[in-house]
Amino acid sequence: MDWSELQHRMAQQGYVAADDLSVALHLALSLQRPILLEGAAGVGKTEVARVLADVLNTRLIRLQCYEGLDAAQAIYEWNYQRQLLSIRAASGSGESGAQIEDRLFTEEFLLERPLLAAIRQEKSPVLLIDEIDRADEEFEAYLLEMLADFQITVPELGTITAITRPVVILTSNGTRDLSDALRRRCLYTYVDYPDAVAEFEILRSRLPMVEAHLADQIIGFVRKLREEELEKTPGVAEMLDFAAALMGLGVADLTNDPAVLQNTLTTLLKTQSDQAAITTEVAQRLAGRAA
Amino acid sequence: MSRVTRFAGRDPGPVSRVRGFVAHLRENGLRLGVAEAELALTALTHVRAAHPDENRLALKAVCTGCKNEADRFDELFDAYWLNGGRVKRKVTPTLSRRMNRDVHSSRPASIGSSAGSGTPDAPGDRGGETAGQGTGKLIASDVTNRMRKDLRELVTRAEIEEATRVAERLGAAMRDRRSRRRKAANRGSRLHFRKLIRLSLATGGEPVVLPRKARPDRSRRIIALCDVSGSMSIYSKVYLAFLAGLMRADPRADAYLFHTRLVRITEALRDKDALRALARMSLMADGFAGGSRIGASIGEFAKGPARRIVDGRTVVLILSDGYDTEPPEMLSEALARLRKRGGSVIWLNPLKGWESYAPTAQSMRAALPYLDLFRAANTLADLVNLEGDLARI
Repeated sequence: MDWSELQHRMAQQGYVAADDLSVALHLALSLQRPILLEGAAGVGKTEVARVLADVLNTRLIRLQCYEGLDAAQAIYEWNYQRQLLSIRAASGSGESGAQIEDRLFTEEFLLERPLLAAIRQEKSPVLLIDEIDRADEEFEAYLLEMLADFQITVPELGTITAITRPVVILTSNGTRDLSDALRRRCLYTYVDYPDAVAEFEILRSRLPMVEAHLADQIIGFVRKLREEELEKTPGVAEMLDFAAALMGLGVADLTNDPAVLQNTLTTLLKTQSDQAAITTEVAQRLAGRAA
Repeated sequence: MSRVTRFAGRDPGPVSRVRGFVAHLRENGLRLGVAEAELALTALTHVRAAHPDENRLALKAVCTGCKNEADRFDELFDAYWLNGGRVKRKVTPTLSRRMNRDVHSSRPASIGSSAGSGTPDAPGDRGGETAGQGTGKLIASDVTNRMRKDLRELVTRAEIEEATRVAERLGAAMRDRRSRRRKAANRGSRLHFRKLIRLSLATGGEPVVLPRKARPDRSRRIIALCDVSGSMSIYSKVYLAFLAGLMRADPRADAYLFHTRLVRITEALRDKDALRALARMSLMADGFAGGSRIGASIGEFAKGPARRIVDGRTVVLILSDGYDTEPPEMLSEALARLRKRGGSVIWLNPLKGWESYAPTAQSMRAALPYLDLFRAANTLADLVNLEGDLARI
């Protein structure tokens, strides 16, 4: 599968990928390298992983990072409750201590968390490590080790080596600088807002029932809106919500009904001051220019 | 295809051309090792060789590591592979060791590309005396001064060392905070009960492991915006030395200069060699000692980088005299925007140290309501005295 075929197959799943992203994903698959996607919120970084899993017809394993994420939530944990119950149940049966111990620290009592799950799949899954910039630096360091060897050591069990190599996708919003070491190990692509043509295609592939005329208007309107001084610039997902809202209300033309347009703006403007800044007049002006 | 660079006949082959390209990138500040060069070669075998654009995208994915690099990559690619059909005689350039010799900064080293620009250090150009220097005239001028002023003339090594010490102390005063909440930690004054109970499950309800919790550091990030317009030129010496010190003391700090526009100087200031850091900075501030557009510059900061880096744990330090050539509303709007992001704003004004100074400049008056702290500072000694105030912010 070369990169244009990958691009085509992703488009079939409803993801319109730019050329640079497609080439980078193609390389990530063929070189078995992790890929780091950076970009503003709402440009569809997370969606890449979902669609890629669909294209490859495999499982998506997702690890959402946050401050304070630790090994117990990211890698594995022993199932203490079950172990205790098992000890209780065994107490009458006359098993020796060593026997019980052997039985307690087996895979049966191991709770898999995303990273461990990802290296133990029969078919290589897509591992999405979302918003890596939110995790602590310690976790980043641990991740480096895992991305290099694809093996995890559980002291009681021994080292678990990957059966298949997962396709690793990391995303970052740039809230903090990632370490050079992590960047070096990954392929890199900056995901930008799609251009008008691509955005039109995204809209048509996600919501095929939107008519071409209205779709043009929606794209034009949202793009004009992004040029306004807003605190939170609407992303692609917001644009799709907006289109869906207009469809739901049966709007055929943006300039028809100012009140309805204003009401649907709640799907695009997510702060109070943004909503105050885009008054009915401004919205109409933008819609008029977009038409 | 005539755009494509032609290579001299005796060049050994594609492998060395790619190696040459990696060296070319390295020379331009991208940090690439042997492993990347290898990976780049492997990557090229996975795309169609005859399509320059596919090769470009493949190399881009491999060789870049952040947005800044990705933005510059196309230019560098064109410079090497598509230089209008000219013959490249030597594919592996002799690495100019002079440029990147001892930059140990973890950030990209140089800013200009060797594709067109010359090397920055030319210590001979001292003739560029500027008209606005040293007169102490307190008027804001509207012209961007194109003449380059060598900052090495302004600051000596000893002063930088002194300023570094001051900056370290002040930085610590502003920065070192602790969270009110306690979080699990290896060492701490109290037991972490939730974790204790959970861990005790593993030992049948017997608390064998005693996890602890402590108040983690919630250090604040310092972002300095320094005015280097004409009216500030007699104070810049102190401030620039202070900034250089701050950058060297605190790896998370960020610094910008502004005159008629905003320039990020963090990377330049992190250079190992303090004087060279200043030399690089003077190259960046090509409008140094020119006009001042405070409102627009701070606005640019508030709309651009601030959205990414300013949050509740940020101190924005503005070093300026407040003489602006623009309507004061621009400044107050920019500051309001900045405040809304949750950070604290400190303004150090060199003129405030004067007797009977009152913030009468319109812009300064417009700015006052948005400031957490408004203090005088025109010498290093003044800055030292700020320690107490800054600790309370």
